[in-house]
Amino acid sequence: MSLETETMAAEGQETERRLNMIEAINDALDIMLTRDDDVIVMGEDVGYFGGVFRCTAGLQKKHGKTRVFDTPISECGIIGVAVGMGAYGLRPVPEIQFADYIYPGLDQLISEAARLRYRSATEFIAPMTVRSPFGGGIFGGQTHSQSPESLFTHVSGLKTVIPATPYDAKGLLISCIEDNDPVIFFEPKRIYNGPFSGFYDKPVEPWKKHKDSVVPEGYYKIPLGKARHVTQGDQVTVLTYGTMVHVAEAVCAAKGIEADILDLRTLVPLDIEAIEASVKKTGKCLIVHEATRTSGFGAELSALVTERCFYHLEAPVERVTGFDTPYPHSLEWAYFPGPVRIGEALDKIVKD
Amino acid sequence: MAKPADTPPHTGDNRPALALHVPEPKFRPGDVADFSDIVVGQPGDQPRPDEATKPEDMKDLAYGLVRVLGDDNKAHGPWDPKLDAETLRAMLGHMALVRAFDERMFRGQRQGKTSFYMKCTGEEATSVAASMALASDDMVFPSYRQQGILLARGYPMIEMINQIYSNKGDKLKGRQLPIMYSARDHSFFSISGNLATQTPQAVGWAMASAIKGDSRIAATWVGEGSTAEGDFHSACTFAAVYNAPVILNVINNQWAISSFSGFAGAERTTFAARALGYGLAGLRVDGNDALACFAAQQWAANRARANAGPTLIEFFTYRAEGHSTSDDPSGYRSAQEREEWPLGDPIMRLKDHLIAIDEWDEDRQAAMDKDCAQRVKATTKQAEANGILGHGLHHPFHTMFEDVFEELPWHLEEQAEQATRERKIKWPDQHPKDFAGK
Repeated sequence: MSLETETMAAEGQETERRLNMIEAINDALDIMLTRDDDVIVMGEDVGYFGGVFRCTAGLQKKHGKTRVFDTPISECGIIGVAVGMGAYGLRPVPEIQFADYIYPGLDQLISEAARLRYRSATEFIAPMTVRSPFGGGIFGGQTHSQSPESLFTHVSGLKTVIPATPYDAKGLLISCIEDNDPVIFFEPKRIYNGPFSGFYDKPVEPWKKHKDSVVPEGYYKIPLGKARHVTQGDQVTVLTYGTMVHVAEAVCAAKGIEADILDLRTLVPLDIEAIEASVKKTGKCLIVHEATRTSGFGAELSALVTERCFYHLEAPVERVTGFDTPYPHSLEWAYFPGPVRIGEALDKIVKD
Repeated sequence: MAKPADTPPHTGDNRPALALHVPEPKFRPGDVADFSDIVVGQPGDQPRPDEATKPEDMKDLAYGLVRVLGDDNKAHGPWDPKLDAETLRAMLGHMALVRAFDERMFRGQRQGKTSFYMKCTGEEATSVAASMALASDDMVFPSYRQQGILLARGYPMIEMINQIYSNKGDKLKGRQLPIMYSARDHSFFSISGNLATQTPQAVGWAMASAIKGDSRIAATWVGEGSTAEGDFHSACTFAAVYNAPVILNVINNQWAISSFSGFAGAERTTFAARALGYGLAGLRVDGNDALACFAAQQWAANRARANAGPTLIEFFTYRAEGHSTSDDPSGYRSAQEREEWPLGDPIMRLKDHLIAIDEWDEDRQAAMDKDCAQRVKATTKQAEANGILGHGLHHPFHTMFEDVFEELPWHLEEQAEQATRERKIKWPDQHPKDFAGK
């Protein structure tokens, strides 16, 4: 078989295998459980049942009850035992059922997992990937919608990773599991089943129509700390991640704005080179995240862009974020930083 | 808007007024301490069940007190571990060394050689004797008062002093508060400083060992005050749920800084009795009786190693000194308590036992004490050659930024460069060698 036909065959196979984000995550976990006996998946309802969002479906049956199992409803305990397992030499992948539930585990993450390597001068490490669905847009109310990423990016010793496509979700998750540092892996649950344009009243688009739902079989990695160019353009740089990647892309397309959209993918460590290069090219920067505004990760991005690209900026850096309120239930779509809020900010910054 | 204080209490009907109970210790400074109400039972009076016994079939052991050494200095009853004289002398030697070490390090802090120290005076048996009942590769997750484990396991004393002095010999690179040791090669987990966080970690380690079909077990130590933390509850729950091969040791030394054990619930029940609600085996043990400490830990280790389940052990003891060098207990408790403590001193009791069985004498005791003091003194001198805290800024600036992550990300590299620039302004006279970068 010639090289050309090999490539075509591979492409042909790829086009047949389209996964949504849940399936891509399940695939990554399955591959890592198979490749590495030290990988353990645990969390509330993840075992026999396969997780409330089905991300661990079938894994217990395939890999056994001591590799994939349910836990007590105790986030402190889940993270605490994961630290001990990491110290033993395992690579636990605990699931926190919703990011909103992660707070009882914060001390174990902030004071223990994140600092173990440092305080023991590398005698002990706590490799773990804490998976957790985050973000709103599913009528989850104030306890099933939060985006607490900046609580973790503020902690020295933790990495924070957020995928926006099935292809990235698989490749990033494999990188996280193999990483020797503790990683927070937030899964944007609004886009588990399909990318989201932000027009909540339109029917959900399934992932299979999206180019990034093509997920190759087998093992591959996407390096942490590298952003992804979603679109290339020179009118404005848009820095975003998670669900908002798709919303921002849809708004720019609808407005005919040629934007340089960067899906950051990893917040810590941040791809500062890609950010600087883009802002220096466009001279304008819009930051979009769903999390609350004050002390959100956008504030860090805004400061970095201002510090590093000030003399290239032609307009003040703009932020589009969630409001500084709890995530409301009935007013979810009034809260959500959707097309109107993004559109206004784009108009302002592009016209300036 | 109405404030709660503006709302009158709901009284005047037939319901009685409620009253809040705020615990108060029995004795405060100046009070005569009288512990005659503490029931200590008789040495040998507690049964020793089989290690596979169900927790509900050994409930009384969570309320009684396992004791071996009697007032006659003899070993009594089924919990006598029947150790040979050589082992007993080694146990006594380790405990004496810990006490000599504590004395010297405490003085070193007062002399300004370091910032902080914590003694374990009166509690030596709970770490030394207990850890001697474990295999040397069983993983221990200590709190901050278990220096006895390190010395009993033969960890080099100079490493401990280097750490206490945060000097250039400190293999933790001067990052941790003094006494927060880490000794992986002695199966001794890094001490956090945050309380009770080590308890679920020990359970996780034990779960991992069980997942892997290993034969090593885990043991953790936590103060009675810290059992109030949610982490301890999580640890008990996970230990019970997964039948983890782990021992949860609660050191009830009566005081958590200035708060007596009543603020952790001791007025209502024993700490060992916490085990019962979780379905863990619970043992309450005289923590000043080295033989009882050994025997209880051995029982729990046998149980864990046989997959028969985790054990929660309460060591009933007394913190004879202040919480730390930053604490002055004369401000909150009666100075008489130490003298009046009904269970004596663990070192004296073991010494008297060895003498009673004709395996020791006062002369040898005096020689041992002298030898311990000399060893500590000599090692201290050796460690001081590596520097003491605050003199010489012993660790290269770059080490401040290393090990946050496995690899240094760009933002830490930038900050490391800043620290290096600042050093020339802050300490222009220092020899560059002292700050040698990576």
